Amino acid sequence: MNMIQALNSAMDILLTQNPDVVMFGEDSGYFGGVFNATDKLQAKHGAHRVFDTPINEAAIAAMAIGMAAKGLKPVAEIQFSDYIFPAFDQIVSEMSRIRYRSAGQFTSGCVLRSPWGGGIRGGQTHSMSPEAFFTHIPGVKVAIPSNPYDAKGMLIAAAEGNDPVIFFEPKRIYNGPFDGVPDAPLKSWAKHPKGEVPEGHYRVELGKAEVTREGSACTVVTYGTLVHVAEHAAEKSGIDAEIIDLKSLSPYDIDTIAASVNKTGRAIVAHEAPRTSGFGAELAAQIQEDCFYALEAPVLRLTGWDTPYPHAHEWAYFPIQSRFIRAMEAVTKAV
Amino acid sequence: MSNTNARFHVPTAPFRPGETPDFSNLDLQKAGDAPRPDPGIDAGETASLATGLVGVLDHNHQAVGEWDPKLKADLLREGLSHMVLTRIYDERMLKLQRQGKMSFYMKSTGEEAVAVAAAMALDKSDMVFPSYRQQGILFARGRNIVDMMCHCISNSRDNLKGRQLPVHYTWAEGNFFTISGNLGTQFPQAVGYAMACAYKGEDQVAASWIGDGTTAEGDFHSALTLASTYRAPVILNVVNNQWAISTYQGIAKGDAPTFAAKGLGYGLASLRVDGNDFLAVYAATRWARERATAGKGATLIELFTYRAAAHSTSDDPSKYRPKNEETAWPLGDPIERLKQHLIGIGEWDEDRHEKLEEEMTKLVVKSYKDAESYGTLHDGPLAPTESIFEDVTETPDWRLRRQRQELGI
Ligand SMILES: Cc1ncc(C[n+]2csc(CCOP(=O)(O)OP(=O)(O)O)c2C)c(N)n1
Repeated sequence: MNMIQALNSAMDILLTQNPDVVMFGEDSGYFGGVFNATDKLQAKHGAHRVFDTPINEAAIAAMAIGMAAKGLKPVAEIQFSDYIFPAFDQIVSEMSRIRYRSAGQFTSGCVLRSPWGGGIRGGQTHSMSPEAFFTHIPGVKVAIPSNPYDAKGMLIAAAEGNDPVIFFEPKRIYNGPFDGVPDAPLKSWAKHPKGEVPEGHYRVELGKAEVTREGSACTVVTYGTLVHVAEHAAEKSGIDAEIIDLKSLSPYDIDTIAASVNKTGRAIVAHEAPRTSGFGAELAAQIQEDCFYALEAPVLRLTGWDTPYPHAHEWAYFPIQSRFIRAMEAVTKAV
Repeated sequence: MSNTNARFHVPTAPFRPGETPDFSNLDLQKAGDAPRPDPGIDAGETASLATGLVGVLDHNHQAVGEWDPKLKADLLREGLSHMVLTRIYDERMLKLQRQGKMSFYMKSTGEEAVAVAAAMALDKSDMVFPSYRQQGILFARGRNIVDMMCHCISNSRDNLKGRQLPVHYTWAEGNFFTISGNLGTQFPQAVGYAMACAYKGEDQVAASWIGDGTTAEGDFHSALTLASTYRAPVILNVVNNQWAISTYQGIAKGDAPTFAAKGLGYGLASLRVDGNDFLAVYAATRWARERATAGKGATLIELFTYRAAAHSTSDDPSKYRPKNEETAWPLGDPIERLKQHLIGIGEWDEDRHEKLEEEMTKLVVKSYKDAESYGTLHDGPLAPTESIFEDVTETPDWRLRRQRQELGI
């Protein structure tokens, strides 16, 4: 399966197994979503369970909150993560705090899925990685899968949990992994081990990272599309980097990170989003705190620049494979 | 050609401090004049109701016209009693705030009918999504007053563990949704809740209340759009008390004829109702509820009223409006009007009213003593400090466990 098929399969299973699950979003119903993620689900499960919404992200989030308060399990879609900001107030001020401010009398467990990240010539408003805005909100979980297997298992786990989850889907790798070389031909998930996705129900629990490549020279902590770029950079350069796919950003798996950095003594934190106050800052600070005596070099941040996401110069902005190799060289040479 | 009105228009309140308020120009439809159509009618047919004024109690305090809900005297006395209690509670809490017993308070003086009559017209199982000024709902639904006070003084019995500012009540057992400080957010949430009721095939409806000022928020538009699109069984109340802190209602309303009229453009049944008329509020809420449970969708109700008290304990209205403007308000006082109505039909008298007030005052004073026995904000006991780390998510993760240790608990 590719990632879209895996997500579709997860949603099909959720709808089949739990009558309280409902799905909605802009173009998500009849049409099946602009990326086909909800393809055929309306026809199969009915218009009350999978439906189109007005173009109003605040309304989508608010509707999810209200429905969750009544015991439904909304799995809603925000068409692009770049357009999640109209819903920001509902997420920050409401969804994230309903359990807390009501001392557990009301909860708002729901999932907001949203295509995320760059690498598709999406320009400023179809490429953003806004995860750091959300990791700064106590009360919402943030998850970003990097492959079809995790996408399905994590989406099921997110929807079966009782907390609100912002679920970002790296759209660059919906159809195949990306090795971080802009002009390289498209690859398919068919040849990737994580493209093998069981048909049935399974969960990949949130909050757990995975070492996707073991190594000893340095640790790379990343998520989403860049997991693949990092892996290819390690192979290409021959630098024996250990790659950690974070998967969950809030909460994130400090134990897996610390164990790795304590072993390698060197760390790169990498994301597509701009550097300043990006999630990498949190990771770097926590690594510094937990692994100070093991560190042999400053923690390096490999990120998008502190600019809006550009169109024509996309590959000068995006942390491509060559930048990963340079960062790995820098961090392993530094004393 | 030059534009002699080159500058944009900034609406201003009709009367400012030092001026004498005169509402005689306010063209309000007389009680009894508005027709009461079948609740199942097309939304478009409510146009005259959205710009008129649904009223039952006339200037002689008699119930007139088609909207008279013809309630039994017992029910009217119950409504009166909830409203009196609401007002006495508010007075007492304001005093206690002034004495430093709580950090903040907001009264609902003059708006008691908007909350109490609506709550009584709803089913107890209907979920309410109020703003911070419908405490009357809690009294109408029988919430324990000691519990309400314990919340306001954030003590060890506060059911919100001291996490929220005073008056931000939550009471799941009473189907009273958690109040938010962020204006308007609950309006579209109520629609989602109502959709879920319909999804589950239940007869329950949802109702929400926001102020005139808050209608300017995007969430007002979101709620009306959702309610219209999905024909949700929801009642969307706009409490037009003429003021949003210091801002008069014309700033939010612009040149629209009424707030209720805004609902028409969304295809929603829309009513403007005399918010100081207990019977009218009750009747309109029943009508909207009937409409909702018949699958005809939402109703927007503008409750035309006046915020008689300061916005909050942090506000001084004498800086932006004439003193005692509320006494010039043509729709009077909701408690006085229901009281006079009951007296007029021989079901109440001044003595009984005085006794009721005494009884309620005693109840409130005694309740506060009880409440203080569970602690006060300043002297404690409060909820255990470690409880600040609970309920963020279902189970605290390592970050909260570490932070709790850092705080030494
Ligand atoms: C989103 C948001 N903006 C501003 C405020 C500050 N604020 C609190 S109450 C209020 C006025 C609300 O007026 P209105 O909606 O008319 O309700 P009323 O207080 O008259 O009942 C304002 C501006 C807030 N709480 N939330």
